[in-house]
Formats: sequence, C-alpha cells, structure tokens
Amino acid sequence: MSDSHSATAKKPRDLAAEKGLVNVQIDGEWHQFPKGTRMIEACRQVGQEVPHYCYHPKLSSPGNCRMCLVQMGMPPRPTPGVEPDVDEEGYQPIGWMPRPVIACANTVSENMGIKTRGELVEKCREGVMEFLLINHPLDCPICDQAGECRLQEHSVEHGRGESRFVDMKVKKPKNVDIGPRIRLDDERCIMCSRCIRFMDEVADDPVLGFTQRGTHTTLTVHPGRLLDSNYSLNTADICPVGALTSNDFRFQMRVWFLKETPSIDVNCGTGTNITIWTRGNQIHRITPRHNDEVNSTWMPDSHRLNFHYIDAETRLTEPLIKEGGQHRPASWQESLELLTSKLEQMEAGQIAIIASGRMCNEELFLSQQLADKLGCEAPTLVAREGEADKLLIAADRNPNTTGAKLVLGGDPYAGLDSLRSKIKDGAIKALLVFGEDIISDAGFADTDLAGLELLVQAHHSTNPTALAADIVLPTATFAEKRGSMVNLSGRLQRLNRAIEPQGHARDDWEILRDLGAIDKDTHLIEDVFNAMAAKVSEFSDLTLSKIGHQGLIVTETNHKILLLEKERAAKAAGKIVG
Amino acid sequence: MAIIKVQRPKLKFGEKIYLGALIRGFFLTMRHAVRTILGKSVGAGTLKSSGTGVTMQFPEQTWDDQLPEYYRGAPALVTDEEDRERCVSCQLCEFICPPKAIKIIPGEIPTDDKWAKVEKRPKEFEIDMIRCIYCGMCEEVCPEQAIYLRKDYLITGYSREDMVHDKKKLYEIGGKRVGLVNKWNELK
Amino acid sequence: MIEFLTPFIIILIKVIFLTFLVLLPLVPVSVYFERRFSAVIQDRVGPNRVGLPLTLFGFKKDFHLFGLVQPMADGIKLLLKEDFTPSHVNKAFYWLAPALTVVPALITVCVVPFGSDITLFGHTESLVIADINLGPLFVFAVASLTVYGITLAGWSSNSKYPLVGGVRSTAQMISYEIALGLSIIPVLTYFGELNLTRIVEHQVDNGWLLLPLWNAYGSVFSAAYWEHSGEQWLFMIPALIAFIIFTVSIFAETNRMPFDLPECETELVGGYHTEYSSMKFALFFMGEYAAMVIGSALIVTLFLGGWSLGFGLDKHIAALEVAGFGIGGLIHMMVFGGKLLAFILFFILVRWTVPRFRYDQLMKLGWVVFFEAALINVFIAALIIAAPQLGALIITIGAIVLIAVTAAIIWVAKVSEDKTPALRA
Repeated sequence: MSDSHSATAKKPRDLAAEKGLVNVQIDGEWHQFPKGTRMIEACRQVGQEVPHYCYHPKLSSPGNCRMCLVQMGMPPRPTPGVEPDVDEEGYQPIGWMPRPVIACANTVSENMGIKTRGELVEKCREGVMEFLLINHPLDCPICDQAGECRLQEHSVEHGRGESRFVDMKVKKPKNVDIGPRIRLDDERCIMCSRCIRFMDEVADDPVLGFTQRGTHTTLTVHPGRLLDSNYSLNTADICPVGALTSNDFRFQMRVWFLKETPSIDVNCGTGTNITIWTRGNQIHRITPRHNDEVNSTWMPDSHRLNFHYIDAETRLTEPLIKEGGQHRPASWQESLELLTSKLEQMEAGQIAIIASGRMCNEELFLSQQLADKLGCEAPTLVAREGEADKLLIAADRNPNTTGAKLVLGGDPYAGLDSLRSKIKDGAIKALLVFGEDIISDAGFADTDLAGLELLVQAHHSTNPTALAADIVLPTATFAEKRGSMVNLSGRLQRLNRAIEPQGHARDDWEILRDLGAIDKDTHLIEDVFNAMAAKVSEFSDLTLSKIGHQGLIVTETNHKILLLEKERAAKAAGKIVG
Repeated sequence: MAIIKVQRPKLKFGEKIYLGALIRGFFLTMRHAVRTILGKSVGAGTLKSSGTGVTMQFPEQTWDDQLPEYYRGAPALVTDEEDRERCVSCQLCEFICPPKAIKIIPGEIPTDDKWAKVEKRPKEFEIDMIRCIYCGMCEEVCPEQAIYLRKDYLITGYSREDMVHDKKKLYEIGGKRVGLVNKWNELK
Repeated sequence: MIEFLTPFIIILIKVIFLTFLVLLPLVPVSVYFERRFSAVIQDRVGPNRVGLPLTLFGFKKDFHLFGLVQPMADGIKLLLKEDFTPSHVNKAFYWLAPALTVVPALITVCVVPFGSDITLFGHTESLVIADINLGPLFVFAVASLTVYGITLAGWSSNSKYPLVGGVRSTAQMISYEIALGLSIIPVLTYFGELNLTRIVEHQVDNGWLLLPLWNAYGSVFSAAYWEHSGEQWLFMIPALIAFIIFTVSIFAETNRMPFDLPECETELVGGYHTEYSSMKFALFFMGEYAAMVIGSALIVTLFLGGWSLGFGLDKHIAALEVAGFGIGGLIHMMVFGGKLLAFILFFILVRWTVPRFRYDQLMKLGWVVFFEAALINVFIAALIIAAPQLGALIITIGAIVLIAVTAAIIWVAKVSEDKTPALRA
C-alpha cells in the first residue's frame, strides 16, 4: 500500500469500514450497507425489488425457489504483491460472475456488485417462471389468490407470456382438507416451503412437509395429524399462490373489491395490528399487519376469525326500552331523554357505572367524566382472564387494561366486588353497564340485578344482561369505531373505522356525550382525545393522528410478547433477517 | 396552431332583407314534405322502412334480420354444449362494469357434484338492465367466455324488479354456446 | 219570460258553440297538424297510431285514423299526470299564471266573425259572439293580457330559467305590440271601419284586401272592374307591407318559432313553464296554440276576406236554404275554417323552416325595422287613400317628403348601427 495514496484521501472501503458498513454497487450505483445484509434486502432498500417466492424475512432462507437470481461480481483477486487497480473514486473494478446467485441467502461484502437487471438476470427469471408454470393450473378466474398472487404478478413482469410446454400437466390432489380452517390445492403449490417453515419455526407445530420428488413433489400434512394450530391461517397469508386458502374467506369475495383499513385487534391485551378488508359495509376478512414491536407479521386464528358477530342476527340495531317486561324499539332521542330523566331522579350515591376493558381510552375517559358529573364512584371494569399461549395471545383478554389504568388511575378491576355487594344490599339503585355482559362475564345473577330500579345496557350484541336491562343502547363494534387503546406493553395504538355501524348503533362515546359526559357540541373523537390528553399526563402532546399506524410507547410495563422474544433470538442467531 | 381570423361575410342588400332565403327555405321544407307524402323521401326505398319517411313502423316491422354481427344487446350468461355453467364467478365483469350493473354472489360447487373440480360458480348473478349501458366490457373481460351480449334489445318490465335479470333469466336469454372450455378438461 | 231570456240563451249557445266547439277543438287539431307536418318535413312519419283501440273490445283490427286521436291521448295523459307544485314557488301566482294565459286567448274569440248570418226558426243570427265596433282594438287589448300570465309564471316559479323566460317574453310582447298596432292602421283607414263583421262584408263586395280580384262592378274578367280597380291595386303596396309586419308581429306575439325566445330550449330549458307540469303546463300549451288560432283568424279576417269565398259567390251562398234553415252561414264558417287551417299550416311551415332569432336581432327587428316601416306605411296608405281628393302637386310633394323621410330614417338606422366589432384573436 503506497503512502502517497493514504496521505491524500481515504479509500471508500476504509470510510465505510469506519461505520461498520460495506460498499456495494447495485445496478451501477454505489451504496453502503451494514455487513451481513442479505443481497435481497440491500436491493430492496435502494428500491430494487427482487422477485422472490420462498424468501420471507421472518423465516429462514432455504433458497429453493430460485426466483431471486441476480448477477453478482467481486473484485478480481490481485496477484500477490501487486496493488489492485482502483478507479478515480477509489473502487476496484468488478469481475462479474458468469453464473447468477440467489439474492435471498447471500450477504453483501465489500466492493461487491449486484445486477438486478440485464439479459442474464431477465433470462433466468423467465426460465424460472416457465418452470414454475409448467404444472400450475391456469385457473386464476377461480382461484381466490387472484389479485394478490405473486405468481400472477411475476408472470406479468418477468414471464414470457406463453407456455412451450405441450405435455399433460402433473395432476395432484385438489381441495384437500388438511385442517379445520385451511384448505390445500396441491396443483397450485409452487413448493416454496414457506408454510412448512412457518409451522416449524414460528408456530412450533411442524405438521407440514413435502413428499415425493421432482415434478411430483407434493405438500402434505403429516399422516394422522391436521393443520389445526391456532396460527394455521398465517400459512394462507404467506402462501404466494392460491395453494393454501382460508375456509372462512374462500370464494367469498375477490380481493380487488376489498378496501383495507389498518386497525388493531381487540381480543387480547397484545393488541395485534390488523388490516380489515371490507366491501361496502361488510367485513370479509382480517389479516395481520406488520408491526415488529407487537405481532411481527402474524396473528392467531381465533382472533382473526372473531368478526362474524358484527353482522350477525344477534346485533342490536336500535335502542330498546323495556315496558311491562317487554322490550320495544325506540328512537335515540326518546331513550336518551328517558335515561337522563331517570338518572336525575336518583341520588348521586345510588348510581354506579360499569365500563369495559374493551372500550377505548376516549370512552373510558368519558365514562369517568360521566361518573364525575353524576357524582358517583369511578367506573369499574370487568377483568377477563384467559390462557396465554407461547406466542401472541396474552392472558389478559381485555385489550385496553393498560389504557384503563392510565385513564382511570389505580386498578380498574378492584371495585367490582364491593359494587356487587352494594347492588345486593340495595344501596345502588341505578346501574349503567357499557360494553360488558355482566351476567355472563362478571358472575352477576339475575337475582342480584332484580333489586335495581334502572339497569342500562350499552352493548353491540344481545346478551343476558341486555335482556334484563330497562334500557338497551346499541353500540359500535371495534371495526365500526375510532379510538385509541394501550396494549400490555404500553404501546398506544389506534382503532380505525372500517365500516359504518349496523342499523342505528352508535359509538359509545357519542352515547356518553349525549348523557352529558362532555360538551354536547363535541362531534369528533379527536376532540375527546384532546380533552383526555389534557388530563392524562401520558397522553399529553399527543393527538389521534400522531399515534400513527405503528403506535407509540406511552408507558413502561414489563410485559414480554413471547413471539417477539423468540424472533429476536432467531435474528440474533442469524437464522432470519427479521 | 395558427389562428385564422375569419371575417364575417359582407351581406348584400338582398341577403340582408332575408326574404329570398326565407322563401327558398319554404320551398326546401315543402319539397321534403311533398316527397315524404309521396313516399319518395331519402332512404324510403333502400331502408326497410314504412315507405313514409325513413321511419320504421316498429312493432310490425323490426330490424332483427338486419342487425349487424357486432350488435350489442342484452348481456347474458351462456352454458356449454353439456349445459354446464361456464361462469366461475371470477367477478371481473362486476369489476369492469362501468355503471356497476352486475352483482355476483360467488358460491362453491358442492363436492358431490360431477364438476366439483371447477370448485366455483355464481350463487347469484344479477344484471340490472336499468343500469346496463350495453358497452360490452363484461364480454370482453370474461376469461371463461361465459357472458355474451346477445341481440335482444326489447328489455322491458313493469317494475324495477322486473328489470333485474337474475341467473335463471340470464341463462334463458344466453342459451348454449359450443366451443372448447379449458376448465372442464385437464389441459390447462 | 221566454222572450226576455232568449237573447241570453242565444249568446250562451254562441259562446259555447264558437269557443268550446270551434276554437278549442282547433287547438288539438293544430297540435296534430304541427306534429304530422313537421314529421313529413323531416322525412318522418309522425303520430299515426292512436285511433280507435277496437282490439281492446274484442275486435280484430284497430282503426288508426291517421293518428287523429293522438291529441286526445296527449290531453288525457297531461290531465292524468301528477300535478306537481314545487315547494319554492309563490303558490297563488303560480296557480294563477296558466289561467291568465288561456283565458285572454279564449276571450278574444268573441269578436271574430266566423261566418255570415244563419237563419234558424225565423231568427237570423250572426256567427259572432259580440258584434262590437272596435274588434281589432279589443283583440289587442285582451290578447296583450297574456303577457301577464307568462310574466307571472316566470316570476312565481322562483327559479332562474323561468324568470329569464318571463322577462324575455314581456320585453318581446311589448316591443311587438307597437308594430302590431301601427301596422293595421292603414288597413283600418282603408276600410274606415273597426267592426270586423262589416270589414268582412266590405271585402265580400270589394274583393279581399290582398286579392282585389273583384269589386262592386264585377270581377277581373269584366271591363267595368278594371275601370274602377286602380285604387285597389295601388293600395296593395301598403296592404302588403302591413300584412308582412302584422303576420311577423303575430308570430312574435304568440311566441312561435322563430321568435320563441321565452321558451327557447337550448338556453332556458323550458323557459317560463320550466317548473310546470301536468294540466298547468297543458294550459300554457293550449294558450299558445289558441293564440295562434286567434292570430290566424285575425289575419284571415283583415287581409284575406274572412269567411268570404269571393267572386260575388257569397251572396248566393248566404241565400242558400235547406228546409227553411239558412245554412249559408255554416258554409261560410267552413270556408273560414279552411282559410284558418291553411294559415295555421303556414305557421307550422315557418316554425320548421326558419331558425330561431338571436335576442338582439329580435329586438332590432321590432324596434328598428318594423316600428319605422309601419309608421311610414301609415303615411303611404294615407297618401293613397287621400289621393282622389288632392291635387297632383300636393300628391307629388307628399310623395317626395315621404321618400325623403324614409331615406333619412334608413340612413339614421344605418349610421347608428354598431360597427362590426373587430374579431378577438
């Protein structure tokens, strides 16, 4: 190494090495990447999407689809003792390899060159596409994946347009029942093995695998086993073609009609990020949304499929008033006026409010405001415990326990037992229940409630408490309202309205507003959030729109999401990209 | 583009007084009137019309045998030679339909059906003929050659409901259409 | 008692007969002719279907009757349609306006002589409801009330297009009424008469104003006619000018093409009746056609001899008797009806030939051309009529002055005319 060079200017490799980076030329442009970056990720970061099937950042990279072939080059190894050539910018010339390499499993190195375009790469892709399509049936009009199918997309972008294959295609099993929620069409499978790796590495239930060889390779489930993991539907999400489809969504609606609304799941305290897919006023499916701090890219089936109650027969669609033991439909105005006048007749100590851990922060805040206005005690919540699994499902099945703690202060579940005894004693005459079925979920008996003069139930679906209630107010479900919740790890996240409320149902916060919890002229939930932010220090300086789609940490808890722990360990071990 | 200034024509006195043109106009219109009454109007002979003017006396005289090959009438579903539904309810026509006249509810073919391999067919298929603009895009987009614009143009009804063609009616209008359909064989 | 009531009964019968059995049926008839005539002009067929729907009653074949029943079907349809009153209108005037357009048109019919006298049961009755001595003036006075209906319709609709239509109509009618009135002064001077019945009788004896082919001395074929017809032929000049101005002005008064700017579809949707539907719209429609019929009747009466057949035949017709009833009047009525229909057809021909005027052209025609021309025409007529009593010198001076004034007016009109504006690039 000559002294004159080092004295004048540092070489690019040294500049990059100082930051722990390496120089990589992608399609003629030099970039810097951290050492160990996969080539496919490096290309993605500079806007060159390399087509791929088997590669998934959250899974290991077997490199078996060969779709991500790119041309790679390294500087030629100099003869010992000879100084390597450098151009005026300090880069060594690249010696391009005659054969392509897969971009998904190789990492970048200093002075490497990658070509994602060019004749060689395009020919390779065309060839791979042609091989993949040899046995793939052309039933896109039938296939549910059409519209979000990688094979379709890459076929348009990189395929050759027509097949040269003249023989009979290999016939494989179709419409195979491999699990309670998943259906397999083996003809469409392109053997990317994503589903096999997911079940093995993430769901920890390795029931899927390939049998046979070559053209006859067939995806199948282990004999005597079923794909019945609570995470099985994620395989349908990651399947790049229509081989694995969800029984629930199968043949219901084409994806190009669906509108995507980012929101969060409300079935447990994890607060899984979801996308709600709707057409018109109907939800057709729910899929997980990428958030590395909450759910990675997965979600449990039980939570994903829990949306059919939204347009079920059991939905409450208009306010009901009980007269002579029978409920009759009433207008909002009538029922709210009746409720207000009845509450006015009560003394402050005779009223109690039960809210729900499924309500969003704004609604909890307003229910507390209402309690202050009525002069009664702070709202009590009903705890909802379940069994935690080792991945995403938390033991606390209320999605907003942390939020309730922040908004209401203290332990929101603590007051339930004393309230129960007060109701039994007859000290409480009026009970307002928001979003909870206290008979089924809080262990109240019909006889406990018989002593009440006024029982109000605000809920989205009919339930035993509603049957006993004097006034029933229909409310919106999680997909029909906006608001914010804080998950168990202290992350403030946002619910978005994907569809309009069914019938005459209203948001809880609007009911609370009409009962006087906040100024009657409040028409936006943003204003409620701002009012709340003024009172709750954790939310100060925030607005609903500042939360963003990925959420914000507002408080520290020591809650660990096990799936993320596992994923971080795999990433640290270099098994996955993460 | 160059701008061409056009000057108003200078009118002569005779033209200004307007009477000559008026009288010529009267003669022109009267000539048309007389020729029409005599059955000698333009196209009275060549077009298959009533002879009085170019008008066709509609219910008695129709244009049916002169409809061109490309005539676009009511859209309809067709079956193949073995009366199998060609439509697989891919909903591309519903997607492409400019006035949103088509409504499809997809359905699965029961597994005990002979053609269960095809898996999918429309449970309901409705075309609102009040909305339909006969553009033919549904025919063009159909990947299964299942929807065609037939030559029916007398689409009438006494109510809005009558004007919604359901699946049964659509197959009734459409009839059969022979030709290879890949989805029934093992070729695709 | 009966004797006391007879005149009233007779008047009532005449009103009913002439208004509701003669004039009103002419409205649907002219609508039918409008549609059929416009159709053949445009190489079409027109309504030819509606006739006697005998198949409804079990017969084998319908009788189409050339579609003559079409206007009746139209009428029934209009009557049965929903009578819709928009919420934003001024209701009282909105309801009043259609009546105000029809009623004047029907009232004017009372001075029109439909035929010569008829004799029934020894009674001799003229075929005119009110044989008053100021026929044309009465017609103008009453007919100009129509504009109130249109203006009220435009204003009370409380909507922009009707308002513009109503305003246009008002301006148009006021402008053309002047030309209308002035243009027939020569005619009235010539007849020396304002009673329409006697004007017609004068034409029976002395030839129609525009066709003086006979006079008291005989017809064109006799020498005596030629000796005494010089003044008649000379008067053809002012009579023709008056005829043109009067006819065109009637077109403008009745809002017919080419002067239908108050309801011109391309600019104003439906004009003053945009907000009207059902029978209220039909009343406007009827009013328009009734005005057309009355206008034609007036033109026929003043210029084309009214009910007379001419050539001295009228006396024989009037004397016709069948079983003691003088039916000459009825024949004369048919003659009148024939002339009327011919003129209505002319109206229709004009509508389907001449394109619509621009509004400024309409106003210019009314105020700059017709007003001046009618005024000069009055003096020309006066000169011709007075000529026999005046010396040659005075006639010559009069003629020269008239020519000079005419030239001056034309010059002023030409000078004051806008220069053709430079075209914008």
